[in-house]
Amino acid sequence: MTQSVLRGICASVGILALTMAGGSSAPALAAENDGILDIASPLEISGLDPAKSGYIFSRMQAAETLFTVNRDGKLVPMLAKGNHVSDDGLVWHVSLRDDVLFHDGTPMTAAIVADHLNRIFARPGVLNRAPITGIHAHDGEIEITLSEPFSMLPAFLAHYSTIILSPASYDDAGEVTGIIGTGAYRVDEVTPPLQVKMTAFDKWWNGRAGIDKVSYLAVGRGETRAMMAQSGDADLVFSLLPVAVNQLSGDPEVNVAVATIPRTRLLKIDAAKPFFDEVTERQALSLAIDRKAIAAVVMRNVDLAATQMFPPSITGWNNADVPALAFDPQKARDLLAQAGWVEGADGILEKDGQKFSVTLRTYASWPDLPLIATALQSQLRAVGINLEISVGSYTEIPSGHADGSLEIALVTRSFSMVPDPLATVMSDYGPGGADWGAMNWQNVEAADLLADLGRTSDEQARAQLQEKLTAILQYELPTIPVVWSELAVSASAKLENLFVDPFEQNYYLSDLRWAK
Amino acid sequence: MKQLIATRLMQLVAVVLIVGTISFALMYFLPGDPALRIAAGRYGPDMMDNAISDMVRAELGLDQPVIFRFLAWMGDLIRFDLGHSLVSEAPVIDEIAVQLGYTLWLSVIAFVLSLVVGPVIGAVAGLFPGSVFDRGALLVSIALRAVPPFVLAIVLMMVFGVTLRWFPTAGFGGWSHMVLPSVTLALGLAAMSSRVMRDAMTEVAAAPYFAHGRYKGLSDRTVVMRHGLRNASLPVVTYLGLQMVYLVEGVVVVESIFGFPGIGHALVHAIIARDVPMVQGTALAMGGLFVLLNSVVDLLCLKLDPRLGAQTVSRSGRRGA
Repeated sequence: MTQSVLRGICASVGILALTMAGGSSAPALAAENDGILDIASPLEISGLDPAKSGYIFSRMQAAETLFTVNRDGKLVPMLAKGNHVSDDGLVWHVSLRDDVLFHDGTPMTAAIVADHLNRIFARPGVLNRAPITGIHAHDGEIEITLSEPFSMLPAFLAHYSTIILSPASYDDAGEVTGIIGTGAYRVDEVTPPLQVKMTAFDKWWNGRAGIDKVSYLAVGRGETRAMMAQSGDADLVFSLLPVAVNQLSGDPEVNVAVATIPRTRLLKIDAAKPFFDEVTERQALSLAIDRKAIAAVVMRNVDLAATQMFPPSITGWNNADVPALAFDPQKARDLLAQAGWVEGADGILEKDGQKFSVTLRTYASWPDLPLIATALQSQLRAVGINLEISVGSYTEIPSGHADGSLEIALVTRSFSMVPDPLATVMSDYGPGGADWGAMNWQNVEAADLLADLGRTSDEQARAQLQEKLTAILQYELPTIPVVWSELAVSASAKLENLFVDPFEQNYYLSDLRWAK
Repeated sequence: MKQLIATRLMQLVAVVLIVGTISFALMYFLPGDPALRIAAGRYGPDMMDNAISDMVRAELGLDQPVIFRFLAWMGDLIRFDLGHSLVSEAPVIDEIAVQLGYTLWLSVIAFVLSLVVGPVIGAVAGLFPGSVFDRGALLVSIALRAVPPFVLAIVLMMVFGVTLRWFPTAGFGGWSHMVLPSVTLALGLAAMSSRVMRDAMTEVAAAPYFAHGRYKGLSDRTVVMRHGLRNASLPVVTYLGLQMVYLVEGVVVVESIFGFPGIGHALVHAIIARDVPMVQGTALAMGGLFVLLNSVVDLLCLKLDPRLGAQTVSRSGRRGA
């Protein structure tokens, strides 16, 4: 065997490599202009039941709810035409649009909608948390009877788990086997857990979508989504990581839009534990947190430093009159001293022989949470509080709440799951607290305000009650806000009319157009 | 050969029982409340709370004694029923059929690519030990094997997806979507198989029968094809069976990075969500596949070296005597 043979092989490999490199001038395979709107988002399809993945189908406008939140954040009818309530507030009548067809051609009727809502009511979801006693079709309207007045019913009927589906979406056993909705797009194919393909529905009651075909892909990794945006493989990418926002901002082929959303990273604390049972202790904890530093470094946006629970974008809940949460470590130390905590030999505070050492639980399914936890550990150590960090599954938060083992947790909480923040606030800060909200915090005035809010539909009256409630939450700090959140979306420069919905109810795909 | 197939079938039954039992036990002994995990898998973190997990617990009978649940699963298995996913509530067999199909496609393409690249480079390097090509191949294979699959995947995505735009960065549905994930897997596989082939070929090239072939006047090509490749292939084929482990490990990572709906992705999610039927179903599918592929490897080895069959027969004969 001669060396010439080896040289021949090497030469062949070299020629092959050069040939491949020459192919770079060939048309790009990945980002070919096929007219399909490719979407990448981290949200996977865990099942067709609306309570599981209804948010994907509602945001993608495949299925619609009776009510929705418009671009101004107002709750408005969608498949409903209107509603009226009996004087005692116990019977709601919801009238329906006349011109709505399901994607299988079936007209939407009150009987179909009532039957569907009854199926939803029988399953886990938000609807069975409302004080509903019956749902019936009556004179072409939906009649919903309640055991007590409930002002949030339209907001509950805007929740994704209440998307209205055709009877053909169910099998004989009552399981959802397909998404046959009323939206701008008809679902052609679902490949759980990752892909949905859709086509514009010609007979949509609100016109016709501007783009004919849509393909949705769930991509869990933020790095991959960013690369899909850069390469043009995805025309629309949701939930970009902060680092990717900076990276994509300079790309002329991509437009990046960012909206502050009603989601807050906050510290959930057990107000019954000796570390947090006094309001001064909770205020000290809050004063020890340098939110601007965390927002600037971890969230890459200093404006996300929380000055109160709700960001300014949540009209009616952001209270301009309350003093902003501040960073003042010296005042934090003074308040802790006032509460009886004295510095031990190792620099950790002590009271009645007990060190101020607590375990903070958090989870990595939101990649920034462990980073924020580490920053908090360092900042609280500076005032003599020792945090042990435990990163696990997010299920450990509700389980720790239930068995009382949770001391403090860093969580992310959305106030727009039901598009009226009151639903979440009422659950989280009502008597006894909730898995993701307050823990062992009692405040009679707050409980009364929440009860009043639940009964009141008048907007002005509600605004006053909300103002009082947010002032209490700001002073009492049953949970301590750390940073707000934003939703970053990248859109191909080929796309027009992008709108990022801060309530995350709708991607407004039907309004998108290819630029000419 | 019949005896081999019968043995493998018995192993398959054993694998099904052992893998199913172990995966059930592992899921049972993992810390945390399974109802909470399943509720989280179904409804997501924002919707999940103790009230919903209590509904899930009641619906799935998770408060029943564990032995009852295990026996129910065994009973279903005897009837060839893998049950329903606790998260999606779809039949496990349907989910596995879709996801295993994608994984098999990905794995087969990766495997074939690695066979085209690895053993060929290894054979050439083995024929010229110590040459620049041999040393270069060693360097590249060490680098490829040392780099974790997710890093390799991101490098390939950056180069061929973002910069050159030859192939899609992620997703599935067409042949072009298969390229980057399968190359990611194939490079790792080829890195090892090329070294095994190189060492085997070096050994064969130094063997007396190889030199004898050349002394008797056979051409280089004939010597390599007739005496070299066949003899050097035996350890490589055996090693390919072991490489399935790397393939499974790689598939889990690669599917997540490339947004690919395979069985690795499904298994990771099923474990997180405590979806016991899905974990058992995917573990059974993978276990069964291992037995099947190792059987194929054994049969190939028998074909390549008939002396192995003769040795087996003579051993059985001695045991019988």
